[in-house]
Formats: sequence, C-alpha cells, structure tokens
Amino acid sequence: MQMNKKSLSTIFCCLLSLAPAAFAEEVVVYSARIEELIKPMFDAFTKETRINVKFFADKEGPLLERLKTEGKNTPADILITVDAGNLWQAAEEGLLKPVNSEILEANIPHHLQDPHNRWFGLSVRARTIVYNTQEVKPAELSTYEQLGDAKWKGRLCLRTSKKVYNQSLVAMMISEHGEAKTEQIVKSWVNNLATDPFSDDTRAMEAVAAGQCDITLVNTYYYGRLMEKNPTLPLAIFWPNQKQRGVHVNVSGTGITAYAKNEKAAIKLMEFLSSEKAQNLFADVNLEYPANPKIKADPVVVAWGSFEQNSINVAKAGELQAAAVKLMDRAKYK
Amino acid sequence: METSTARAPTAGAFIFSRTRSNSSGWRLAVLLTALLLAVPVLVVFSAFLSPERDIWNHLLEFVLPDLFVNTLWLVIGVGAGTALLGVSLAWLTALYDFPGRGFFSWALLLPLAVPSYVTAFVSIGLLDFAGPLQTWLREIFGGQIWFPPIRSTGGVIAVMTLALYPYVYLLSRNAFLSQGKRTLEVAQSLGLSRSQGLFRAALPMARPWIAGGLLLVFMETLADFGAVAAFNYDTFTTAIYKTWFGMFSLSAAAQLALILIVMVFVIVLIEQHLRAEVRYTETGKAGRQTRFALRGTRRWLASFYAALVLSAGFIVPVIQLLMWSSEASVDAFDPRTLQYLWRSLALGGIAAVLTGAVALVLVYANRRQTDVTTRAAIRFATFGYAVPGAVLGVGIFIPVAWLDAQLSVFAKTILGIDASQVLQGTVLVMLLAYLVRFLAVSFNPLDAAMQRITPSTEEAARSLGLDSKRVLWRVHLPILRSGLFSGAILVFVDVMKEMPITLMTRPFGWDTLAVRIFEMTSEGQWERAAPPAVALVLAGLLPIIWLNRHAEKC
Repeated sequence: MQMNKKSLSTIFCCLLSLAPAAFAEEVVVYSARIEELIKPMFDAFTKETRINVKFFADKEGPLLERLKTEGKNTPADILITVDAGNLWQAAEEGLLKPVNSEILEANIPHHLQDPHNRWFGLSVRARTIVYNTQEVKPAELSTYEQLGDAKWKGRLCLRTSKKVYNQSLVAMMISEHGEAKTEQIVKSWVNNLATDPFSDDTRAMEAVAAGQCDITLVNTYYYGRLMEKNPTLPLAIFWPNQKQRGVHVNVSGTGITAYAKNEKAAIKLMEFLSSEKAQNLFADVNLEYPANPKIKADPVVVAWGSFEQNSINVAKAGELQAAAVKLMDRAKYK
Repeated sequence: METSTARAPTAGAFIFSRTRSNSSGWRLAVLLTALLLAVPVLVVFSAFLSPERDIWNHLLEFVLPDLFVNTLWLVIGVGAGTALLGVSLAWLTALYDFPGRGFFSWALLLPLAVPSYVTAFVSIGLLDFAGPLQTWLREIFGGQIWFPPIRSTGGVIAVMTLALYPYVYLLSRNAFLSQGKRTLEVAQSLGLSRSQGLFRAALPMARPWIAGGLLLVFMETLADFGAVAAFNYDTFTTAIYKTWFGMFSLSAAAQLALILIVMVFVIVLIEQHLRAEVRYTETGKAGRQTRFALRGTRRWLASFYAALVLSAGFIVPVIQLLMWSSEASVDAFDPRTLQYLWRSLALGGIAAVLTGAVALVLVYANRRQTDVTTRAAIRFATFGYAVPGAVLGVGIFIPVAWLDAQLSVFAKTILGIDASQVLQGTVLVMLLAYLVRFLAVSFNPLDAAMQRITPSTEEAARSLGLDSKRVLWRVHLPILRSGLFSGAILVFVDVMKEMPITLMTRPFGWDTLAVRIFEMTSEGQWERAAPPAVALVLAGLLPIIWLNRHAEKC
C-alpha cells in the first residue's frame, strides 16, 4: 500500500511537472484580447512590480465556458474581454467578483464600469460613421437612425450582424428607443443596403472607397489602420448623434474571477492597467481611446476630432444583447 | 471511469453474445474505446437537458427555414463540385499520360495545406467589387460592368470545392491506381468503350473510396466556420456561434449542433444502405501499370485543366499570402515562428500516428463484428468531425475538467498534494482532442480500403492457422497501407490547420502556427497573419509530399 502511494505520488509529480514552473508571485490572465494588444502592458507591469503575468488567449465564448467548467479549480485570476457584453455575461453567471478600489474608481468613468464593480473598462472602442468624401457631404449626415432615410437607398454598407460590435450598438438603441422603434430603424437600414453585409469593417470601408456604397459603420481603429496603409482613400469619419445621446462606445475591459487565487496581485494588475502608463500603451498599440479620461489618445486619433460619447452604462449592451440579436434576425439583417 | 464502464448500454448484450470468449473481450474493448471517444459528442448531446424554449421559438420562426435551404445548397453544391473535380482529376492522373502528369499527381493535393478560410478571404479580396480585378475592369470598360458576385451561394460553393476536393481526389486516386486500368481493360474486352468502362465499371468499383472522401467533405462542409463566415453565408455553424456568442446560450447552440450530427447520421445511413447492396472485392494485385497516352490537344487540355484547379486552389492564395508577408515589416517577424512551426509539425505528426492506429483497430473491429451495437458505436465515435470545432472543444473540456476535479480531490486527500490541474493543460489532452476530432479522417479511407479485402482472403489466411492478430498484421495491413497513408496525410494537415480545439486545449504558452494566425486574423490583420500562414502551408507540404510518395507506392 505504502509502495502504491509512493508511485502514485511520483506519477502525479511527473504529470504536474509538465506544466511550466510557478513563479513566486504571479497573476494568471484569461484574455480575449490578443497577445499583441495586451502583452506590452503586462511587460510594463512585470517590470514595475516584479509580478509575473501568465497569459492564455482564446475567444470570449470558450473562455467563459472554461471558467465556468473549471469552477473552484480555475487557475485564472483575471478575465479580459474586448466587449462589455461578455463582461456582463461573465458577471451574470457569477464568474467575477466585486473589486473595491479607489484607484479604479478614480481612473475609470462610471458608465464604463459595472454598477456592482465586478468589471472595469480599460479602453474605449467607438463605433461611428465612415463616408465617401467624394459622394457625401458631412452636412447630410446626422445620426445612426437617419441612415435608414430614403436618401441613402442603395448607398449603405454594413458589417454582418454576427459581430458583437453591431449587436451592442443595436442593444444600446433598444435601451434608448425600445424594441419596436429600433426594429423599424434596423429594417430601414437593411432596406438601404447596397450589397449583402460584409464579414469585417475593413471590407465595408473598402467598398465605400470603391464606390459600391457611400456610408458604413465601423470601429474607429479599423479606419485608422486602413488609412495608415492607404492614406489617399476618399474616406472620412463622422461623429453621429452629437445632439442626442452621443457616439456608441464599447469597452475592452477586465474583472477578477470569482475563485482568483492571487487576488491581491490581480487587483494590483487591474489598477496598473487603469493607470497613466498602461493607458498610454493601450492607446498606442491599437489606436483605441483610453478609458481613463485624463489620458490623451494617440495623435492620429486626436486628429479625428473630439466627440460626445453615449454615457448610458455599457452594461446595458450586455443585458440587451440577446434581444438585439433576435431583433436583427427579425429585420433580416444578416 | 468505473461508472462509465458499468453504464455501457451493451453490457447485457455482451453477456449473451454468441461469439467466442476471446472475441467477446475484443468486442468489449472496442466498445469501450468507441464510447470513450464518443464522450465529447455525448456531452454536447446533454444540452438537451436544458431546454431553451424562448430561443427555439425565435430560431424556428426566423432562422431555421433559411438555414436549411442554405445548408442544403451548400452540401449539394460542394458535394457535386468536389466529386466532379476530385474524381475527374484522379481518373486523369491515375490512368492517362499527359504533360506534367507526374507533378500534378501530387501537386493537386496541395490545396489541402491552405486553410479554407484563407482561400475564402483571398478570393473575396481579389474578386469582390472593391478588389483589383473588378477595379481594373471598371477602369477599362467604364463604370457599368456586370461581374458574377463572389459573395454569393455560387461563390462560397466554388471556394469550398477548391479547398475540399483533395479529399475526394486522394481517395478515388487510390481506387483507380489499384485497379482502374485493369477494370477498364476487362470492360473493353467485353465490348464497352472507354467512357462506358469508366461509368459502368471503374466508377462503381471505386465507390467506397469516392463515398469515403465525399463523407469527409460533407462533414467538413457542415462543420466549417471560417470559410462561410468570410462569405457571411448563414449555415448551421454560423447560427451555432451566433446563438452561443450573441445570445449567450451554449445549450441552444449545442442543440443546433445536434441537428448537424443527425444530418451526418442520415447521410451515413443512406450511404451504407446503398453500399450494402453491392459487394466489393479486389480483382487481384494490379502490379505496376502503364498508362494510356493522350494525344493531340487533349493532352494539353488535361494539363490545362489540372493547372487551372491547382492555380485557383493553391497558387493564387499562396501568392497573395507571400505578397502580404512582404508588406509586413521586418520587425513584425516573430522570432518564435520556428518554435510554433516545430510544435505544429510535432502535434500533426503524433496525432496522425495516434489517429491512424485507433482507426485501424476500429475499422478492423467494424469488419469482424457484425452486430449493430458495435458498428453503431464505432460510427458514432467518428462523429466528432461533424461538430463545429469550438462546440466539440467544450465537449472535450468539460469531462477533462471534471476528471481533474476528481483527481485533485484524490491527490489532496490521499497523497496530500495540492494539484488543481493534472490533465488539463497537458499535451496529452490536446492529442486526445485531436483524436476525437479527426478520427473520421483516418477511419474513412481505411474503411474504404477494407471493403476491398475479400472474405475468401481472410478465410484462406485463417485456414492456414493465422490468428486474428496475425491476419490483421500479415494480410490486412499490406492491403490497407494506401488507406493508412491517405488518412495520415489528411490528419497531419488538418491538425496543423485546426484552430478552436487547439486554442481551447493547449497548455499555457503553447502557441502554434494556427494560434498565431487566429490572433492576427481575429483583429483583421491579414498582412501580419500571412507569415505564419505561409509557414503553415510550407509545413503542410512536407507530409503531403512525403506521405503521398508512400501512398502511391502501395
């Protein structure tokens, strides 16, 4: 029996040794934000605090399922996603726990964090109108809703409704207008489409530039990247709904897992990510807007002009996301 | 583990089995293996315990009718397309001589090495309204030209046909190489013309192979996400992901996935029913064969046809990848690429061997055991290929995490070790996951090859006193070799391209080429995704060329 126990222990140790060796202090991160757009911040954190960051990237859906399945055994301390919907869902399923941090409260505006402090936005992704400068005068544009007007018949391009960015935009419209009116608006968009929806923002902008249509809706950093590559494209940004609720924004954000084992270090990392140093990096690596309003965006981004953002809490986007998906199905927005 | 043994529904049947006792032990082992492999799919099935009334009402009214129509068109179109390309090219390269035949014979497999989402993305980029071709045409002919829309049902069928025809090509070429010419000669001696010989003798003889290849194509088509997503073409897979990620209901998504499995099951049943009416036997070892020479313009037409398919399915996408790679700045080159490359190759290679070995045992068992339960269990074990990757990934992850939880309790109470994760995050889990996913890919070519071993061969071997192990080793294996190598090529390359399961089951920091490509393409950065994609294609060439040489020799 004694012998058996010994050999079992050996087998266990062998299996365990297959995993990389543990550091003295470390934080384990599950991230839907890809390595490239998050690693620089982790490196800066490790340099400053000597706390190591272990990192696992996947899509949001599988990550949430992983957290749920692992339960108490999860190695993850922190979850990072690129949209508020999934953060809301994670909180809803009890996968995140509240964090009380004065630093986070001071750095992150209220509408970009969970009302119960289970998650905080880190960078802001604005979804706005991009138009063909040869075909459209900015004065002709005003709101998201107005893209359904008859004058845009056959002139609108959209990305697929399967992308979460469009789902949260429509979810926010539901919170403002209610389902019936939003459905009418989405139907009027579909009615105005010049061609079937595209699989990504860049393709939609290329279609606008090529004259297949005149306007589309995109996240600004895609516009930034495309123009960086092709500065001569006849495309420009328009900030809609400035007299109404403001431009629709989503967040890439983070929360602490319910069973985090390195909670203190994890909170330290979250606070660091909201700090000036990390927020500058956030802005640099992907032309996004820092969530911390005290930090200036990249000069390229600043040049697009300032805008009012929708200040309804982004948690609404998660709450109404399923309703938005169904609504877009009904409106035959593919 | 103990409990799952006890729960095996066939335990009773086993006791009353009429077969000899050593054969019963063998049967039980096979049943257990099949059941174990079927666990992830069963986990997906368990979604039925949590009904999603609300979502289903919505799906039934607004989503499913279109999905059925779309999926039907896709399966019919890609099935017909791959059958046409695959069989015709296999027929040409196996039986005729034309300029470049030797080259095309293996090169026509190369589209396998290009992930279908890459082919899809590149085709759309080149052929859509804003793409270079249409832009150029507009410049020459003025604004109004008509061009067939690439983002259409026809477009997605064309692209998936180009990406998937090698499955049919590889398998039917095996059939034609081993007996095509002889069959044709017999047919001609009976007074049939060569084309009559093809349709009335050689094609029916090759049916197990063609069907095996097509079955893989069907499963791949139904489970594909990357290519259909690039086209924004709604299928079950896109609806599954939308339900999961958009409406946050994995159960409803898994229930949709079940419909996919049922479809595949129906296809398999139809195929087996049709097959049961005919008996296939080997006409005898064909030996080294000479080919018919094509004459005049027909030789060049054959070369042109092969070159056209190769260009569209391989050369054009690869050139585009190379162009993107050259645009990516030098400092963007990831020095870890070599490491990723090595891991991709190692995973592909080990998975190919593992899957081949398990498939061999199951195919052999499938032949020896004629009872319905065993055969159904074996078939069921191959259905992992028909489930969208990420859904199957969860099906794999849940039992592994459960097992880990038990092990961790065990470790703590008995051994006093703190271990929260034992299996999870080891390469072992990754390999098991690939086995579940790609078993069908090894199984189908082997199963096709097995159809052609005559019962009389087996009986003869047994009458000479060989036991079943030796019959497998000395009689079956040599004949099955071409099937084994074909399966190995396909699994090797498929594993390297595989994304969702790799992402989900890989150990910390264990990124592969596919993971890098996922990261870049998920942010729409195709220029940066190109270098690892080129590496992936190059890595795929190795097994294709090497294994194909073996397959041809068989």
